[in-house]
Amino acid sequence: MAVYDIEADGLRGLNAALQQLAGTTPNEPWEVVNPRGSHAIAVGLDAPLDVTIKGPTGYYCAGMNKQATIRVAGSVGPGVAENMMSGTVIVEGDASQYAGATGHGGLLVIKGNASSRCGISMKGIDIVVHGSIGHMSAFMAQAGNLVVCGDAGDALGDSLYEARLFVRGSVKGLGADCVEKEMRPEHLELLADLLERGECDAKPEEFRRYGSARKLYHFNIDNAY
Amino acid sequence: MCGIVGLFLKDPSLEPRMGEMLTGMLVTMTDRGPDSAGVAIYGAGRDGEAKLTVQSDTPDDVFPTLAETLSARLGMPVRLSRNDTHAVLHLGAAHVAEARAALREVANLRIMSDGDRIEIYKEVGLPRDVAARFDLPAMAGTHGIGHTRMATESAVTTEGAHPFSTGADQCLVHNGSLANHNALRRKLRRDAVRIESENDTEVGAAYITWKMQQGASLGEALESALEDLDGFFTFVVGTKDGFGVVRDPIACKPAVMAETDQYVAFGSEYRALVNLPGIDAARVWEPEPATVYFWSH
Repeated sequence: MAVYDIEADGLRGLNAALQQLAGTTPNEPWEVVNPRGSHAIAVGLDAPLDVTIKGPTGYYCAGMNKQATIRVAGSVGPGVAENMMSGTVIVEGDASQYAGATGHGGLLVIKGNASSRCGISMKGIDIVVHGSIGHMSAFMAQAGNLVVCGDAGDALGDSLYEARLFVRGSVKGLGADCVEKEMRPEHLELLADLLERGECDAKPEEFRRYGSARKLYHFNIDNAY
Repeated sequence: MCGIVGLFLKDPSLEPRMGEMLTGMLVTMTDRGPDSAGVAIYGAGRDGEAKLTVQSDTPDDVFPTLAETLSARLGMPVRLSRNDTHAVLHLGAAHVAEARAALREVANLRIMSDGDRIEIYKEVGLPRDVAARFDLPAMAGTHGIGHTRMATESAVTTEGAHPFSTGADQCLVHNGSLANHNALRRKLRRDAVRIESENDTEVGAAYITWKMQQGASLGEALESALEDLDGFFTFVVGTKDGFGVVRDPIACKPAVMAETDQYVAFGSEYRALVNLPGIDAARVWEPEPATVYFWSH
């Protein structure tokens, strides 16, 4: 195991070392110690790396991830796994705002709560939150799946495109053009897979599904001011 | 972008270390606000005595005679303790309004705060340098708040730095920007509220003062701020007994809180909290939007 101490050896050295492995198939797992809330830890990786960060991180942890599995043994600041392309990011604690924003692929698991704007403009990423999420989550979400085992805040799925939203608890309010939809067998199957991969033992039958009413897709004169 | 820190001690044994801990938090937030910094520290007070913190750009000219002049004017003893560009005037608690009126006539002098316990120190410069010039690490107190500024709405000046006084023993720091501060400033000035700068946060602070003058509690004033202030804000307010936190309903401006048996701490980022004792075992959470939080002794 490669152990990297951010406090002793600096953030740039870590990202340079991890990014240098792009295109390789490394066997050795990495452990990152003393993150102490630093920003942009383990960003821009492009190899099937196994990285564990031992403690809380700041802004933009695991951003732009491709292929790597990044686990944070702590909480994360704003913008975790922003614009992830593939791979897996697992947060053992809570996530601050816009977790998984604009993600194109891969899986983001948050074992605590996520705050506002979780999955904003998601474009294919799967997000599984064991706790609750804040307001304006999945705003303009285009593709992918957002699974919330707890409650969702206000204006869930505002101006939603084709992302699927699954919430087990209460929803404080749905955003414009977001509606509850029928849970069909294929959704239960999809959800079962996401929950399993998300290390979560909740039952698919306990969730409700929300999606786009598709009323904002085309210009409607009644919506003009 | 700006940085905010706050520390409210539950464990009196940490009080001598207030300045040191708050300075560490403040300096960590330099990346968020390198142009000015300030703190409000709530130290020990004396019965019947008030503290007026004043600032001057020409302290060598103004401070040597200030206590004597004010003492003659008020007909009572006034003690001055100077700290770089700032000085604390100690005087009878019943004479604060009279003293403020007299001090307004002194050239090159600004009143930073008044109250039984509050002292405000703020200047332009890197937080590390501002902390050093006032020897902040040596200060003791029960609670304190600090701010590192990256100016967006008005000039980089001492008046534009935070905290802003909102009344006796009260102050406010702000991360964000208010969109309706010009309209609100005009409205408040029509109601004879004194606003000295073009700064948006000063309007926010004046608004809270104005609400409380009309009989609102601080909590109620903050609740109405959520209605009447348009823009982005995370506010931390200092009071004689503690501090409060409120974020606008959109809540883009970051905020992290930590609580242990020894303290409640606020930081714009978790990084600001990492050197606090026992932080690894603290309860750490993000305050909810549009929700007023208070901690007091």
